[in-house]
Amino acid sequence: MRIERRLRQPWWLVVVVPVLSIAIAFVLSAVVLLLTGHPPLRSFHRLLDAAFVANGALSDTVVSATPLAFTGLAAAVAFRMNLFNIGGEGQLYAGAITGAAVGLLMAGSPSPLVIAGMIVAGAAGGALLAAIPAVLRAFFSTNEIITSLMLNYVVALIMEYLIFDSHSYLRDSSGFQASVFPQGKVLPDHASWSSWSIHGLVLPLGFLLALGLAVLVWLLYARTRFGFEVQVIGDSVRAGRYAGMRTRRKILAVMCLSGAIAGIGGASQIGDFRHQLDPPGLRGANYGYTGIVVAALARYNPFAVVLVAVLLGGLTNAGFTLQGADFPAGLVGVIQGLILFCALGGELFVRYRVRFAW
Amino acid sequence: MNNSLVVVVLASGVLYGTPLLYAALGEVLAERSGVLNLGVEGMMLMGAVMGFWAVERVPGPTPLVLAASIGVAALAGAVMAAIHAFLVITLRANQVVSGLALTIFAGAAGLSSYLGNDLQLSGKPANHQFQEVLPSSWQNLPVVGPIIFGQSLLVYASWVCVVLVALYLTRTRLGLNLRAVGESPAAADAMGVNVSRYRYAHTLIGGAFAGVGGAAFSLSITPQWVDGLTQGAGWIAIALVIFAFWRPTLCLVGAYFFGAFTALPFALQGHGVTVAPELFQTLPYVATIVALVLVSSRAARLRFGAPAALGLPYVREER
Repeated sequence: MRIERRLRQPWWLVVVVPVLSIAIAFVLSAVVLLLTGHPPLRSFHRLLDAAFVANGALSDTVVSATPLAFTGLAAAVAFRMNLFNIGGEGQLYAGAITGAAVGLLMAGSPSPLVIAGMIVAGAAGGALLAAIPAVLRAFFSTNEIITSLMLNYVVALIMEYLIFDSHSYLRDSSGFQASVFPQGKVLPDHASWSSWSIHGLVLPLGFLLALGLAVLVWLLYARTRFGFEVQVIGDSVRAGRYAGMRTRRKILAVMCLSGAIAGIGGASQIGDFRHQLDPPGLRGANYGYTGIVVAALARYNPFAVVLVAVLLGGLTNAGFTLQGADFPAGLVGVIQGLILFCALGGELFVRYRVRFAW
Repeated sequence: MNNSLVVVVLASGVLYGTPLLYAALGEVLAERSGVLNLGVEGMMLMGAVMGFWAVERVPGPTPLVLAASIGVAALAGAVMAAIHAFLVITLRANQVVSGLALTIFAGAAGLSSYLGNDLQLSGKPANHQFQEVLPSSWQNLPVVGPIIFGQSLLVYASWVCVVLVALYLTRTRLGLNLRAVGESPAAADAMGVNVSRYRYAHTLIGGAFAGVGGAAFSLSITPQWVDGLTQGAGWIAIALVIFAFWRPTLCLVGAYFFGAFTALPFALQGHGVTVAPELFQTLPYVATIVALVLVSSRAARLRFGAPAALGLPYVREER
């Protein structure tokens, strides 16, 4: 067997390979189910029903998909430049902290102003956190994978400190209940982000923001000089430098953009869905890490990111809905992992031609 | 004296550091071959759940059952690592993404949780567990008693592993070849070293170590099975490898340092001093970042830095 690099990639491969990969992933999941004595077709049917078909299921799926769209876009933006920002998790927490703080501070202002303030604050929080690995990478050439990963833990711990172990502004300090079971202060009603309903499908502001960002990211990379330079540097730092591109600035700009997108995702968690800073909920969801998976599955294409986010969000949502005695817990993670393995493996067939010669 | 703060913290640092040490040793071997495996958390959880399963289901005297469980845990970790190895070595997939996928697949909301539920393992204490092995008169010795003599076989075995891995990397032909594969696979290939075979072997051994690290939770520290038992220890192990500059002996120091930091706030509370455990626990992570920045200069990176080919697929035709 010989593996050769394809000189040009036929356009249909980019569509056929991911679809086949997902199909194979479900076949493998069926094998896991069969081996452990569950009827696969019934499980899949219930999964599909709970994710997309049942009454209101699609709205719930959009709720699960929104944070993944943000973290997926954040990862895609950075990975395009071969910057492995795996700090989306922490940047989302940072955006949630600053977003919640601004939402509480601006309690007296009119609603649109509060919402705008929260978005800006979330973006700033995420961008500031991402600036740390960016500066270290740009000026000390420190590996950004590890530093951004470490910061995830630092921010997660700070977030828990703010709610569970301090008398911070963000903590609910009213009443006896709150002193025994610490939780975040609930935001005032007019800090709730709006949502729109189309034929029963509820679209939260965060999801629309993510869609808008996807368009902007696409424009940035496909239609601007900045995007072109980022991709050149991503392919070859040296080529970029010889052509006079400022690589350090690009590293800083791309990392901060990536962090800002993840940060808005954090603010959207507060404004759209949770309405209070909820450390265990945010930590348990692993939005940042799943976002990297979303970006990889989407091959770093911003529109595909939103699509994949809806697909994986549907799986997550179905997992919540179906959790119970006869629907095995953990199945959703297994399927997500298998889809990703297959998509990663399938990538080989897009980039390379496999010849069988004896 | 044995109840003094320092002794208590060091003793629990060794206890909590042991799973980190196993996982980090495994990751050192994998990374030295050029394979970055971010799936440590998933491999540890699989080792924890399968090791616990073996302890519950295998009949026989305690020592045999425990030995079998460690074997099962190592096997579970290696099987998980094999998926990663196949994707990144044979199929040349992105190592970061594949490792994360492994954590999602096997992690707290994935296969380990699925198996834990399906085999009905959660909520009961282990039938057998690793306990202190040395005579209690030794354990009552001042200072060294609790820290060194009051540990289980898993701890002593980890010390043996540290020595073996260190000797392997610096004193054996295989170990030197391994380092060549991680630093310059093209040169190693030209020497006649089979790059893929080395990478496969060490990624799998790395997975086996991570599996044993996970079993240290379910068979010694907790000792029971709950979903997401390792609580991020796999990620700490990855940090630890960098903190230790890819050296097994420094992994030992780092693992106990990280372990002690987990234990210190609670020990302090026992002595009436209240510190916020969260802020305290950020220190190891910050220390890792600082250590990493310090060795980022070109000269220091050659001496202490990551293996040069870490994270890069090796394709003979494209070198």
